[in-house]
Amino acid sequence: MLKFILDILSVPAILVGLISMIGLIALKKNSADIIKGTIKTILGFLILGGGAGIVVGALSSFGAMFQHGFNINGVVPHNEAIVAMALKTYGTQTALIMAFGMVVNILIARFTPLKYIFLTGHHTLYMACMIASILVIGGMQGASLVIVGSIILGFIMALFPAIAQPTMRRITGTDDVAFGHFSTIGYVFSAWIGSLVGDKAKTTEDINFPQGLSFLRDSSLAVSLVMLVLYFIVAIASGPAYVEKELSGGQHFIVFSIIQAITFAGGVYIILAGVRLVLAEIVPAFSGIATNLVPDAKPAIDCPVVYPYAPNAVLIGFLSSFVGGVVGMIVLLMLDKSIPGLPIILPGVVPHFFCGATAGVFGNATGGLRGSIAGAFAQGLLITFLPVLLMPVLGDLGFANTTFSDADFGVVGILLGNILQLFK
Amino acid sequence: MKILVCCGNGLGSSFMIEMNIKKVLAELGVEATVDHCDLASASGSKADIYVGTRDIATQLTSLGGKVVSLNNMIDKQELKEKIGAALVD
Repeated sequence: MLKFILDILSVPAILVGLISMIGLIALKKNSADIIKGTIKTILGFLILGGGAGIVVGALSSFGAMFQHGFNINGVVPHNEAIVAMALKTYGTQTALIMAFGMVVNILIARFTPLKYIFLTGHHTLYMACMIASILVIGGMQGASLVIVGSIILGFIMALFPAIAQPTMRRITGTDDVAFGHFSTIGYVFSAWIGSLVGDKAKTTEDINFPQGLSFLRDSSLAVSLVMLVLYFIVAIASGPAYVEKELSGGQHFIVFSIIQAITFAGGVYIILAGVRLVLAEIVPAFSGIATNLVPDAKPAIDCPVVYPYAPNAVLIGFLSSFVGGVVGMIVLLMLDKSIPGLPIILPGVVPHFFCGATAGVFGNATGGLRGSIAGAFAQGLLITFLPVLLMPVLGDLGFANTTFSDADFGVVGILLGNILQLFK
Repeated sequence: MKILVCCGNGLGSSFMIEMNIKKVLAELGVEATVDHCDLASASGSKADIYVGTRDIATQLTSLGGKVVSLNNMIDKQELKEKIGAALVD
């Protein structure tokens, strides 16, 4: 019996199902809703794992072509891809840290002046996953791993929105809503750069900026397009002979690249569908319980909350951040000559879109058009260089052709990983 | 009656708006299915009302339902007025 219970608890899919079941019971849902919600959560977790397999397949041919063509290690940062891979190994620890981390967030909001409830559930999941991986790799295990991980997660869930709040007040004109997206350091950095170089009176919203690029808001489409370009470059660099002999089984190398690039986007699409199901019950439960226990809490909401305040800055920020990512990659390519083995961080479209756009809005709030351009560019450089320092503390995950993309993952991961090294 | 809320990734902000719409519907005493998704999936999902913030609402106009464009995703008053209006006609 004990073995049965332990086996159940060590299956991450069932564990997240139980977490969502506890949430549904706490919200006094009827039994039909409880069963439905629990099963959907488990289903979501299993779907997510299926997406991981597809992404790994597409990325491995990308990595092989990159290695053959340029003789260096190319990395496309993408949260969903790395999280789905990491959950295969660290799923149980992630689920526990996520659940107790949300409890710690509520406790901090209840008893300290940090009145922020972090409602961006997918980032809670991804951060829990990164913390779990780094703690395991750093040598921790068992209850101490879950306790330390939960405290760290709960603390940063309350702390990062507080760091963003002064700029958020400027953007939204109110103090009622907070910002919850784990690239905060990048946004605050952008706002700081904006305040140095810009003039907030000359806002991005006074110019007439073409909205043609807004179709890139459709992330599956944006991922497909950018991955197509990246696959073409590496396929041409490694040559048709290599691709058709080693990877494609004789299929024309351009056809192979098209299929692999869109397959990557398909894998990400499946992971997103899984994450959506996993969170469908957990986030409302967390939000409901938090509002009951901490009535004066400020909800910290995902980054698009700021987009309607400055739609031009969204597109300007994306472009500028992407240019920053390209410049950063060129810098890494030059450094690679003197530091062999340095991974080359390619500009991933999702981080540059979502984080770049947000950095654009933050930079605009403090420095207008110039602040938006300069701030988002600086943010683009930052999210290119942080993963270089993060990958060494991720153990085997550091050898995947993808990694965590957003700034706070880099900052928290680098600090945590290196502190743990001191105790080894 | 089905209401579909859309955002770029279909994870964070559309989910927040969905939770707020459910509160608004309860206040208005209206029964409806509310769901959230990403822009790519929206084009294949039938709904009576599509909801998005104003920076993406233009991409929802060709889907065949009514479109509610929000200036502010956290303003419950705006949400109540616009959803209310879309439910009436």
